[in-house]
Amino acid sequence: MTTVALPRRRASGAALPSAAPGVAITYLSVIVLLPLAALLWQSQKGGADAFWQAVSSPDAAAALELTLGAALLVALNNAVFGTLIAWMIVRDSFPGKGIVNSLIDLPFALPTVVAGLTLLTLYGPYSPIGLNITYTRTAVVLALLFETLPFVIRSVQPVLLELDREMEEAAASLGARGHVVFRRIVLPNLLPAILSGMALAFARAVGEYGSVVMLSGNVPFSTEVASVHIYSQIQSDYVTGATAMSIVLLAISLAVLLSISALHRRSSKHVH
Amino acid sequence: MFTKLGLRFAALAYLALLLIVPVGIIGAHTFSGGLGPVWDSLTVPDAVKALELTLEIAIIVVPLNTVFGITMAILMVRRELPGKALLSALIDLPFAVSPVIVGFTLILVYGQQGWFGSFFVDRGYQIIFSTPGMVLATMFVSLPFVAREVIPVLREIGTEQEQAAATLGARSHQTFRRVTLPAIRWGIVYGVVLTTARSIGEYGAVAVVSGNVIGQTQTLTLRVSQEYQNFDHTAAYTAALELAVIALVTLFLMNLFHPRKDR
Repeated sequence: MTTVALPRRRASGAALPSAAPGVAITYLSVIVLLPLAALLWQSQKGGADAFWQAVSSPDAAAALELTLGAALLVALNNAVFGTLIAWMIVRDSFPGKGIVNSLIDLPFALPTVVAGLTLLTLYGPYSPIGLNITYTRTAVVLALLFETLPFVIRSVQPVLLELDREMEEAAASLGARGHVVFRRIVLPNLLPAILSGMALAFARAVGEYGSVVMLSGNVPFSTEVASVHIYSQIQSDYVTGATAMSIVLLAISLAVLLSISALHRRSSKHVH
Repeated sequence: MFTKLGLRFAALAYLALLLIVPVGIIGAHTFSGGLGPVWDSLTVPDAVKALELTLEIAIIVVPLNTVFGITMAILMVRRELPGKALLSALIDLPFAVSPVIVGFTLILVYGQQGWFGSFFVDRGYQIIFSTPGMVLATMFVSLPFVAREVIPVLREIGTEQEQAAATLGARSHQTFRRVTLPAIRWGIVYGVVLTTARSIGEYGAVAVVSGNVIGQTQTLTLRVSQEYQNFDHTAAYTAALELAVIALVTLFLMNLFHPRKDR
């Protein structure tokens, strides 16, 4: 027996047992909402002063600054190289392109800690090429570049594939050079996809933990990122500090993701 | 022509330095001492335990999140619900949360001083620093994949065939089993592949709630970092290679089942 007033007409399509909506939403609430509610509850417990003190403490501020700076750098770098690689996959042809295309998703499939160990093998203390970047901020950036590689590529690729070649040909026949065609025709069409890929990469980079913790050495004030900072606060039972930093990171990622969906709504209106 | 070659070279060099060479080198590094040590560190009891626990968590998490994902996708696409935009944002929420934060929030709920900590402890259940906490953490981080993959497929196939089946007298569960399910099956498979890969590969969230007791709460990913810190590099690289092989299989399946047209 259920009292949920939902349309259960056959014509509306696929069948679900009548309890399914309730069970699914309860599941979502217990797995995702309950823990996040506990975080919100914890954050207001100490009051605004304690919260502010925790996020503005020198080590927390340094970690946050490094995280945001590195994430921004990585997003910008991905905008350039991601677009270039997407262009290569769609427009260029060379033997082995199919394999390159499938390897792009490897960072999504490879566990973060394995990615960290992988980079550590090549660019760590036992580096076969004598290049040790551990304990530097370059390590943070490198780990984030690895983890966020697919976002811009996978967001630009389908748009580039659908892009009408005639526009470019028309511009070229009117005498526009390659770089002018790219700047005036291709780039404006790709921009929403590039931005949305950058935003996803940025949100991912802000929260990344596994690869960075392996590679960066995690020195406070130097190479400790925000997520590692939270981890060490948890280890030392400093709940207020961990809570405050978590709230800040969560707010940043949410803002970024909401702006992506706003961007999507705008650009889909633009098309139709 | 030269610019094209130059751009191709730049793109490939970037991929090589960031992706291909490092991943290739991990295989070489693992076997640098020969097969013997690798076999030994694959088969020591702690390594076997870590693999078992990793698979155990995945076996619990993947079916639950799959059923949830399919249900949620049908709700989102085929039903009139108030607050759909909010629900859609909630399903995506786990993608926006750092794994460390996921683990931390679970401590706030189920830890000793947490909301329900004493409730479970009084009844003899330990959630944090134990398998249930790791299962909950893995559920959280891998929750959106199936729904995210099935929603666009369900939208694309439309309702015509389902309506036709209903007109011909099919009951709703028959319509689901014989019309809807076959149409969305590749979306589901792709979502399951992603969910499984994430469940097996999750590190941060599990690291926070595990307590990392070797032989008890150590998964493969935790083993990689812990053995590396203990300077048992062969053990770390062997566990990493196990995970890398799983990742390559995942990648292969992703390419096989990908519903996007750009491949």
